[in-house]
Amino acid sequence: MRFAVNTWFAERLGDHGIHSEFLADHHPVHMPCLEIRLHDWEQAAGEARRLEMRMVAVWAAEAGKHDISVSGSRALYVYMAFAHPEHRHALLRTRLRDDTREVQSISGHYISACRMERTLQDMFGIHVRNIPDSRAWIKHEHWPENVHPLRADFSVTRMSVEPERNAIDYDYVQSSSQGVYEIPVGPVHAGIIEPGHFRFLAVGEYILNMEERLGYVHKGIEKAMQGRTAEHGIRLAARVSGDTTVGHAWAFAHACEYASNTAAPKRASYLRGILCERERMANHIGDIGAICNDAAFTFMHMQMQRLREDMARMHADVFGHRLLMDTITPGGVCRDVDAVSCMMLMQQTRTIAAEVEHLRSIYADHPSIQERVIGAGTVCIADARDIGLLGFAGRASGDYPDERIEEAYPPYDDVEVRVAEGKLGDVATRIWVRFEEIADSARIIGQLLETLPEGDIQAAWIPPESGVSGFAAIESWRGEIAAWVRFGEGGCIDRYFVRDPSAINWLGLELAVRTVPVPDFPLVNKSFNCSYAGHDL
Amino acid sequence: MLRILHQIFKIGTVTEPLSESNQLEILGTQLEQAVRKHFKGSLAIRAVDAGSCNGCELEVHATNNPYYDIERFGVHFTASPRFADMLLVTGPVSCNMETALKMTYDATPAPKLVVAMGDCAAHCGVFGCDNYAVAGAVADIIPVDVIIHGCPPTPTDIIQGVLKAIQG
Ligand code: SF4
Repeated sequence: MRFAVNTWFAERLGDHGIHSEFLADHHPVHMPCLEIRLHDWEQAAGEARRLEMRMVAVWAAEAGKHDISVSGSRALYVYMAFAHPEHRHALLRTRLRDDTREVQSISGHYISACRMERTLQDMFGIHVRNIPDSRAWIKHEHWPENVHPLRADFSVTRMSVEPERNAIDYDYVQSSSQGVYEIPVGPVHAGIIEPGHFRFLAVGEYILNMEERLGYVHKGIEKAMQGRTAEHGIRLAARVSGDTTVGHAWAFAHACEYASNTAAPKRASYLRGILCERERMANHIGDIGAICNDAAFTFMHMQMQRLREDMARMHADVFGHRLLMDTITPGGVCRDVDAVSCMMLMQQTRTIAAEVEHLRSIYADHPSIQERVIGAGTVCIADARDIGLLGFAGRASGDYPDERIEEAYPPYDDVEVRVAEGKLGDVATRIWVRFEEIADSARIIGQLLETLPEGDIQAAWIPPESGVSGFAAIESWRGEIAAWVRFGEGGCIDRYFVRDPSAINWLGLELAVRTVPVPDFPLVNKSFNCSYAGHDL
Repeated sequence: MLRILHQIFKIGTVTEPLSESNQLEILGTQLEQAVRKHFKGSLAIRAVDAGSCNGCELEVHATNNPYYDIERFGVHFTASPRFADMLLVTGPVSCNMETALKMTYDATPAPKLVVAMGDCAAHCGVFGCDNYAVAGAVADIIPVDVIIHGCPPTPTDIIQGVLKAIQG
């Protein structure tokens, strides 16, 4: 019984005197949102922690037009989502008081909630009480002081940046100990990569502490989504993070489909699976090469780049886009494959998997690269649990969340997913997990292609009524993407929230580089390869 | 080591020859000549992500892969704007990157070329210019010489755009 998911959590909360009610207008019906009282908020998070649930995300939404009170004011709700390996996802929300707009911080229970709570402060002007770190996060120093872009009363189309505020410094963690020096890096990095700032505190050769400062590529995606229809909005969702375009488009489509109670046809779900697994392969292949390149093993980089290019060309031929952008639609996919393309895909997937296996044996046999990756940048099992590390990084550190198994959304209800289980949490283990995932994705693609059902690739898309919301969790190549969508009037979206796995895994990088020599930072960084765009939104 | 050599030998050179069947023929030869003529055989590009979704970056990387191997035409990507001849800017310029982009532009020695790459860099793309967090298209922030359209532009488009910029 799928409905049992949240009933289980509601009962556990009830045991501790936390009253909760089901929200009817939240889909999917087997995972409706629970509404709790404001003063129970922090205690509920504590209870989730005690039940060993993983924190998925914290976000907020103003009431939509359907929900404006008689006095005309818009209620402000805060949401949080948790996941449990057996009992799966649970959503909670509470309503803030109109006059104080305050909520208790849950960062004491879940440290990875902290940056999300800082974002709530920036975007909604919510006051988070007892937050361990109250610095602004996405809102950089030069923004005017009292702007909160996700509030309905914010209507600025271009922010007047205040140059004199540019001089204000972000309050980085500092050390006054003798011999500790700082290295500022970025936002414009030395390679062809995204912008962000890293502040190292180093002693001699070793990193004492590394602090991330992100938000540079914040493009107002959540706000820009408001007022778009699902068909139009999915193009934007597909560009939350370009390397994960299938994952993000799928998460968005799934959330919309849940909200409107539409199911994509079986053939479409199989094709989505194929697209997503191909994306997983391409990115792991590219990254393994890039990690080796950072350890001066150029041979592997060139070989992997060659394979990645082969995949990109096939994608252009079969799906019309080298990176697979705009292949998924709400209710289905927009490209079907014929028998010839199926054969081509099948063949290429097999060849590439075999080539990767061969390269893997060379990599494993090469002491100079092994020397660099083994034991470098470790995240221990306890830390990985604490922050809820996701995807291949989590699976390299003894925690194995995989939504393809936990949520088992189609097509993964028809195919078996084998999860690599690593324990050491170093660069070598992350590479090992990625190699395993390439092989497993190739197997899954083969199975999906062989059993590809006949039929439509697109279900009729009818947007839900105003006020209905939907939630989805999709396992992209980096890990779980959580998306929440609420529809407003005329089939337009009035709130879109998405949490890229990077929002959590960036914390893993901070932990991993402690006591690592400074020159090893690029190596460790690449082994995570977190998305800046996906985090900054 | 032997296995590495064996693999290298087995795969051989995949770099696409300048044959009549691909556009690289005309492009490659022209690019090499222009680089030789205007830049003494070496053009240094500094890639700047001013707010992209990172899709454009993937394609810039691809120009360096063994198929396209843009380095054979004398074009290489540099780590610092201080010794760059050209800035290759991607993404709509986000408010939070505006200052950094201007500083990078100022740090590049004149004469300098700016190529705005991708639909976002050209006209803010799907993110829209009426967006509080977007400062504008690249041309709204710094002078632009050439625009490469596409979302993202393919590696061939990129090579073409670079060529167009240096041919002036
Ligand atoms: S042009 Fe397309 S690929 Fe390039 S940054 Fe913009 S959305 Fe991403």
